[in-house]
Amino acid sequence: MFRPIADLAAGGELSFTFDGRPMRARAGDTVAAALLVNGITACRETPVSDTPRAPYCLMGVCFDCLVVIDGIGNRQGCLVPLAEGMRIETQHGRRHLAEVAE
Amino acid sequence: MTKEPDVAVIGGGVVGGAIALGLARNGARVAILDEGDTAFRASRGNFALVWVQSKGFGMPDYALWSRRSADSWHELAASLAGETGIDVAHSQPGGFMLCLSQDELDKRVDAMRRLHNSRPLSDFPYEVLDHAETKRRLPAIGKDVVGSLYSPLDGHVNSLKLFRALREATVRRGVDYRPNSPVENIVPKDGGFAITGPWGEMRAGKVVLCAGLGNARLAPMVGLDAPVKPSKGQIIVTEKTEPFLHNPMVTVRQTDEGGVMIGDSQEDRGFDTVVGQPILSTMAERAVKMFPRLAGLNVVRTWSALRVMSPDGFPIYDQSESHPGAFVVTCHSGVTLAANHVLTLAPAILAGTLPESVASFTARRFHVPAHS
Repeated sequence: MFRPIADLAAGGELSFTFDGRPMRARAGDTVAAALLVNGITACRETPVSDTPRAPYCLMGVCFDCLVVIDGIGNRQGCLVPLAEGMRIETQHGRRHLAEVAE
Repeated sequence: MTKEPDVAVIGGGVVGGAIALGLARNGARVAILDEGDTAFRASRGNFALVWVQSKGFGMPDYALWSRRSADSWHELAASLAGETGIDVAHSQPGGFMLCLSQDELDKRVDAMRRLHNSRPLSDFPYEVLDHAETKRRLPAIGKDVVGSLYSPLDGHVNSLKLFRALREATVRRGVDYRPNSPVENIVPKDGGFAITGPWGEMRAGKVVLCAGLGNARLAPMVGLDAPVKPSKGQIIVTEKTEPFLHNPMVTVRQTDEGGVMIGDSQEDRGFDTVVGQPILSTMAERAVKMFPRLAGLNVVRTWSALRVMSPDGFPIYDQSESHPGAFVVTCHSGVTLAANHVLTLAPAILAGTLPESVASFTARRFHVPAHS
């Protein structure tokens, strides 16, 4: 569905996983762009209505690209550059927050 | 709807919406003249508490009025859900005022004792809790919480849903809602009022001023006085997280949808609504001391809003002596008092006489004679 309009291949490719599936995308892309180019059409479910969402505005405003990155929830995929070996997962509902030690 | 409503409500926020709904329920033809998106709109920026404890220092009638509204809120929430299908997420689980030092706790306890020494308030339920008991009831608190005050009378809602439900309910009851209709002038005419703005003119038999900070300018046009000024409050809201906090605090609450709201700053800064880091960082620091897990949450948004504050902080409810049919309704607790506004105040306005229970809220209390 999505494809790059320009070749930024200079940086090469990075590997990552989405919900455990291995994927590849260009270095320099954001997490949201990497998901879109891999055909991911839903990366979170809303806390209020449980409906699926995918990256939308790609500029930090809509919060529809929230994902869990390396175990930390509610991260805005469009604002995080993809890194080698990233473990990206679907954000299900509200963020789960482990109790912080006092 | 004809061009001439029985009552024109100036202002379409939570206060104006509640008054308009109460009027329409009692059979009045009502129009709401609302400002545009440039309005300050405390309704969109508030903290959404239905709060009773600690209210009424210096005016016991305000404590009674707040408690009565909190009691009636169940009825209001149920009827809004019935009329509009919107659940405004009202709950009354009791509220805590957390204290981070013994000095803070002592001052709060002393203030509550003084408040409860006035006889009409002696039966207001509240408890003073030490750290251990607070922790038992609120397991998420941090070690810096010295103690708390708790009252079962306190609750909260989702105020954005309340705002929307009031709009929906009034429109369904035939209220003529007119956005982008700021009011420039109100002129008493032919036993009623001629209201004008850049949008044109409207005639109405009665007029109710619910324009928040705008009431200061509008009230003198109909022989009323509403010396309200802005009091700035800043708020932080975090990302949505799992429910861990069911009770509201004065400064921290988790919304029904999972976000955590932090705030209750007060600044006298005129109409400035700029959000500033010094205040926000103090608010955040105190909130994290109260609930350490907040340190792990991302902030999604910060904003400020202007409270509508009278000189003594209490509401102003008044009817014009020189121009019968003109009323002013203004307060900084439009959410807490919404139930009273719909169920008690609006019917009284329609009947033409304010009830004895709000007699203390006349603006005449500000007119201290020069010689006594």
